Amino acid sequence: MTGLHEPTLPAEWELVVGLEVHVELATQTKLFCGCANEFSTEPNTNVCPTCLGLPGSLPVMNETVVDFAMRLGRALGCSIHPSVMARKNYFYPDMAKDFQTTQYDQPTNRDGELALADGTVVGIERAHIEEDAGKTTHVGGGGRINDATYSLVDYNRAGVPLVEIVSHPDIRTVEHAKAYVSELRDILLAIAVSDAKMEEGSMRVDANVSVRPVGSSELRTRCELKNINSIRSLGRAIEYEACRHVDLYESDEAPRQETRHWDEDGGRSTAGRSKEDADDYRYFQEPDLVPLTPTPEQVAAIDGAMPVLPAARRARLGELSAVADDVVATVVERCQDALALGAIEAGADADKVLTRIQNDLAVDDWSAVTGQTLATLVQMESGGELSATQAKQVLADMAAGNHGGDPKSIAEARGFEAMESDALETLIDQLINDNPDEWFRFTSDDEGDRKKMQGFFTGQIMKATKGQADGRAVAELLSRKSAG
Amino acid sequence: MSERITRDEVIHVARLARLELTDAEIDEFTGQLGDILEHAADVEALDVGDIEPTSHPLPMSNVLRADVRRLSLERNEFLAQAPAAEAGQFRVPPILGEEP
Repeated sequence: MTGLHEPTLPAEWELVVGLEVHVELATQTKLFCGCANEFSTEPNTNVCPTCLGLPGSLPVMNETVVDFAMRLGRALGCSIHPSVMARKNYFYPDMAKDFQTTQYDQPTNRDGELALADGTVVGIERAHIEEDAGKTTHVGGGGRINDATYSLVDYNRAGVPLVEIVSHPDIRTVEHAKAYVSELRDILLAIAVSDAKMEEGSMRVDANVSVRPVGSSELRTRCELKNINSIRSLGRAIEYEACRHVDLYESDEAPRQETRHWDEDGGRSTAGRSKEDADDYRYFQEPDLVPLTPTPEQVAAIDGAMPVLPAARRARLGELSAVADDVVATVVERCQDALALGAIEAGADADKVLTRIQNDLAVDDWSAVTGQTLATLVQMESGGELSATQAKQVLADMAAGNHGGDPKSIAEARGFEAMESDALETLIDQLINDNPDEWFRFTSDDEGDRKKMQGFFTGQIMKATKGQADGRAVAELLSRKSAG
Repeated sequence: MSERITRDEVIHVARLARLELTDAEIDEFTGQLGDILEHAADVEALDVGDIEPTSHPLPMSNVLRADVRRLSLERNEFLAQAPAAEAGQFRVPPILGEEP
């Protein structure tokens, strides 16, 4: 449903949002057993007595999970604490054990923060280890849980390691909520603990939303939104929910604390279960697992091996160039900043390098492009050996690894030779001569006519040169000729 | 005898554990649970200021395994033991909702 009017929060109300993000860790095996942690289209193929919760089976903690969780915690500036696992009891067949093993009152990571690109800081309450649940499919009644005649359960995902990152309710705008998730995703990729794909469910975002009058510091009743599958969807869901709360308050009602299901197609949230008390989950310490007690040396080793995080990488490129922030952000998000730095170091103009990468290197595999070859390409373009259009084509060939990725060989093979400005001028003179009416209209005061004829002449030139003319040079020449 | 736990609380806890209790059982367990809580209160009265709190009964920590794959079970083998199965999955009665 596009084109519908999206609601906006009235100016006298303020948004209060906290996010809970579940991240699947990219380990080889599950949290408590040696079953493969991989997506399988064939159900129940990665299961064993432990993740099926069979009597007599015992969980053993995966050491890589602990390492990844602490790495994530440190990347978010959390302090690391001794922890124990707990059982969260609930009856739902997605967990065969009838409880989820999680960290409750003693999580591994506490009190961190995440700085957004614009400098806003969002507090992180905790980032704890827990296991994922299996997948249920409801059969009959249109696949809806309440009308189904029965359900099918696949336990491949049961026991897959997760870290749940819980923010403080510090987020005040939809844009910040989206920026938080985007920044968190970039960090997860940078520290290589998850593939962090929202659309595939390896990163899942729940939003706790409430509103309050501007100027107030109270925390009103919140609703937890689930089933948000993209960053765009997150923005829509929060906006919708906030407006729903405002509508209720303005008609002297109040929202009730509950979990709500975001319906992306319908553009609305619907009531789910009412939010239960923590008491009702009857949390207690998992007797089959012993405490985790990380040493200061372990934490120091994690800090020592921490890669440079996206914020610092953006700052570095920002210092070197004058391009817009979003260009830098895109390059870092695609992990192409090392490539850019290589090209800049090899002598190419920083702004041109970043713009070229952002515009023309949005491909999955660009491993054949090096800092050196990219620098050569940018210099060829700056020196007039290639037009912008040609540079774009050469870069595509470089990424594909054609001619060993060498821009000079590619340009030669494609027959790209620099169009001398003399030759271009001759061609333009010829066109003016052949099309006097069009040229008259181009030189007229009518802005619309002028634009139309600019398109006409540029098109003719591109046609005559098979696209090899530099568009900017053409525009400059046309404007010089019409002035003189 | 004790006011440590009410009859309503016992009914609530029984519901969470999916236990169906008769009125007589509710009365009986309310008394018994009250006694247990009473005992906990006795322990609470002790001065344990000098004693290091323990978070776990076992004198161990950091029992970890390497992140190495092991063979999973043969699907037919365990699905054959399930009350019902379909399309490689466990078949379960309709789910009324997710709640504790």
